[in-house]
Amino acid sequence: MSLVSIDNVDMRYGGAGGTLAVQGLDMKVNKGEFVAVVGPSGCGKSTLMKLVTGLHIPQQGTVIVANEHVTKPVSIVGMAFQNPTMLPWRTTLDNILLPLEIVERHRHRLRANKAEYVAKAEALLATVGLKGFGDKFPWQLSGGMQQRANLCRALIHEPELLMLDEPFGALDAFTREELWCVIRDLHAARGTTIMLVTHDLRESVFLADRIFVMSARPGRVIAEHRVEFARPRDLAIMYEPAFNDKVQQLRAQIAEARVTA
Amino acid sequence: MTDIPARPAVRAADFKVPWIRLAPWLYTIGLFVVWEVAVRLSGLPHTVLPAPSRIFQAIVQYWGPISRNSVQTLYTTLLGFGLAVVAGLGIGLFIGWSKTIYAGLYPLMIGFNAIPKVALVPILVIWFGIGTVPAVLTAFLISFFPIVVNVATGLATIEPETEDVLRALGAKKLDIMLKVGIPRSMPYFFGSLKVAITLAFVGSVVSETVASNNGLGQMMSQAQSQFNVPLVFAGLLALAVEGIAMYAVMAWIEKRSTGWAHRSTMGN
Repeated sequence: MSLVSIDNVDMRYGGAGGTLAVQGLDMKVNKGEFVAVVGPSGCGKSTLMKLVTGLHIPQQGTVIVANEHVTKPVSIVGMAFQNPTMLPWRTTLDNILLPLEIVERHRHRLRANKAEYVAKAEALLATVGLKGFGDKFPWQLSGGMQQRANLCRALIHEPELLMLDEPFGALDAFTREELWCVIRDLHAARGTTIMLVTHDLRESVFLADRIFVMSARPGRVIAEHRVEFARPRDLAIMYEPAFNDKVQQLRAQIAEARVTA
Repeated sequence: MTDIPARPAVRAADFKVPWIRLAPWLYTIGLFVVWEVAVRLSGLPHTVLPAPSRIFQAIVQYWGPISRNSVQTLYTTLLGFGLAVVAGLGIGLFIGWSKTIYAGLYPLMIGFNAIPKVALVPILVIWFGIGTVPAVLTAFLISFFPIVVNVATGLATIEPETEDVLRALGAKKLDIMLKVGIPRSMPYFFGSLKVAITLAFVGSVVSETVASNNGLGQMMSQAQSQFNVPLVFAGLLALAVEGIAMYAVMAWIEKRSTGWAHRSTMGN
């Protein structure tokens, strides 16, 4: 059963004569699946994120998330962007608890059940390797640590769907690999459906079950790849020939998509 | 053995004169000394430029009126400033709320701010009579603009990603304002208080000078008409002292309330 179903969607910005960001977009994501979306820059990957989360409503076509037509923001998603956007006046723990102050089904319970939620946030912090950092302010953390906290914030309300928009783009190579493993383990442990938008082809092959390749603007899906490597995957698979073949294949497709643009 | 010389070095540092902390006092004293010497050497009459010693003499001689009028000016200034804080915060939040309101009201505010407030004093006098009320209102009118602009700026510059994350969770505009917009605009707000308080003094003194029967502005204009120049300078000195003191209070409030905005980053 698919959790996300995008059917022949057109999205145009700025009225009738505006730029067409995506056109004829079709995509299905199954429950519990990890999909990655790659493509040349400006291919409408961020538009895709906003369509699925209900921040934008398409002019044409349908977006269905969890069996419901998306006509307003859907609260079953968690989002994390490249910029961690932690609020500097709140401690890391309070930043992570922020979604609970918003989401309808938690906000009225929060005050009375604070201890329960704090314990949950601390457990999440421990899973991403930030045990004991909850009372630090975000600006006291390194970039990699802030991004880990950002993941916790995206997950605290137990979303069914986690949307990641190039979350590791600004990190150094070693931190990025560490966080790949964090995401891999979170996905294995919780079974959350994850959509990852990225420019990093090795990242997409390492993490995803399926990879969608998008064309240049107006974006649509031009290819779909299944990644068959057995889970749990080890970082060492990135040095296997089969892995590199996959990356090469993706690279060639994106290069082609850029030329035709 | 080689560690031994380290001890006297630490001692020497202990007795180091804290030049940075003393600097404001030394520079102020220096200004008065230079002023005193210049007046004495040039032989200017004290009806043109009184020497600091003559001004201090006037302060002692007229201590009663100076202190009474200083309290009056401080009172009108703080009252006007208080109104400006409340109204500025309210209007700033209102303007920052939506792009349409921002676009509509901003030109009006700019136009209003460009009006010299001294020109408004006669109107205020017609409406409210001579006295405390016009001074309070002038202080208010001159000092609320920087507060409005700063609060609105803080609201208008919320990162789009933060807004997206919250809106995707079902946050209403009010949620985003309460959780992000208002806390975010607080450093701008407290920063603007320092500018606003000094402007409030300008406003109240202008109004007192033009039309009032008490306050430092009125005292100085009367002293001037009697050629009592040392008393005029004594009034200016009293204003400067009040201005510096209130500025320091605002700076302290700013530092206490939004410490996170004055952070020193570690990492990243």
